[in-house]
Amino acid sequence: MNLRMIGACLIALLTFTVTPAYSQDEGQRASTGGAQTLEDILARQKGLNVDESFRRENLGDPNRAAPISGNLGTLGGVSNSDLYRGIRYSETDVKVSNTGPAASILVQDGGMSWLLTRQGGIQSYAAYGAGGIIALLVLFYFIRGRMTIEGGPSGNTIERFKPIERFGHWCLAGSFIMLAITGLLLLFGRSVLIPIFGHEANSTIATFSIWVHNNIAWVFMASLVLIFVMWVAHNIPNKLDLVWLAKGGGIIGNAHPSAKKFNAGQKIIFWMTILLGASVSMSGLSLLFPFEIPMFAKTFGMINTIFPAMGLPTELLPHEEMQLAHLWHAIVATTMIIAIIAHIYIGSVGMEGAFDAMGSGHVDLEWARQHHDLWVEEEEAKSSRGGLS
Amino acid sequence: MKTMFVAFAFTIAASFGAYYVMSGMGFSSAEMQSSSSVRLK
Repeated sequence: MNLRMIGACLIALLTFTVTPAYSQDEGQRASTGGAQTLEDILARQKGLNVDESFRRENLGDPNRAAPISGNLGTLGGVSNSDLYRGIRYSETDVKVSNTGPAASILVQDGGMSWLLTRQGGIQSYAAYGAGGIIALLVLFYFIRGRMTIEGGPSGNTIERFKPIERFGHWCLAGSFIMLAITGLLLLFGRSVLIPIFGHEANSTIATFSIWVHNNIAWVFMASLVLIFVMWVAHNIPNKLDLVWLAKGGGIIGNAHPSAKKFNAGQKIIFWMTILLGASVSMSGLSLLFPFEIPMFAKTFGMINTIFPAMGLPTELLPHEEMQLAHLWHAIVATTMIIAIIAHIYIGSVGMEGAFDAMGSGHVDLEWARQHHDLWVEEEEAKSSRGGLS
Repeated sequence: MKTMFVAFAFTIAASFGAYYVMSGMGFSSAEMQSSSSVRLK
């Protein structure tokens, strides 16, 4: 008796938990004639993933076409709705009179999510990221103050960077600052500049910005290569960097951990600049030459090979490639802007004597001994060897 | 500081240079991003 009761309870439980969900969905789908349900719409509004296969695959059936002489016979078993669904999901063999990789894509609804991401997440990341790092640095300045040369400047200087190194650095810095400013003007044009200055002013600003952005980019890419070639040998990580990082780089307290030409913090900035700079350059080239350099489908394929669980899409429409290139370009560039603001701070107002390294190329010997003691020893050893020979 | 200003001047000059060289080759950004290239090749 008890066993029967337990069995009945289990069946009832399974009936109320598993079956309704399945039948409810099927029932609703059937009630709309196979079209989307209220649940689909609500889920989409919440930003949830909705399985689109019910309409992606609902493209008519040529095998059930009415005869050519019959009513609607010329449609070949495909209604207008079927036809437009096919166009929307790029499942229809569209023939157009013009050529080109994007010409036959008549509808690409992924553009909406790109637009929303650009106007939403990307703008928020740029605004809060850049604003946040500036606020943090101001706070840090008032708490820590300017890092000074202990004991004051010695009055003697040592050459820190040669003219060609400073030239490469300033070409990279100048082009990056212009790219950042013009990129932000383009990103925030519609949401910030138009409400303040109006459409005509924004049009002029955007035209100027895109010209500068597209043409100064070549200087950025060339100087990135120059910087890499000149400094890569000095930026190979080693055990000394771990000690430097463990001591917080001497930023907090008065300790001055040993460093060669570049300390661990500078190496992080170097590799960030090289790797993110290369990435932003690749996506930038993809945007400079629309539809000519698609790279995301191939990249996703490689990532899937390493991490199969990710299941990234490996077949992308030309427009999707451009949209992903644009979003990636903005994300990487914003990350660089945030990091470079901190780099500018520490290289100028944050540390006494630091700007001279890239300004005149010569730094105070005492500053050099406090921040790059091993490099000073190397330079002095070179000088003494040169003097002896 | 002189090197910095030389680098900035070079950056501006190289940008114009890039524009004219790319225009001569038919790859200026204006051409590549106009509607004829983007939509109606």
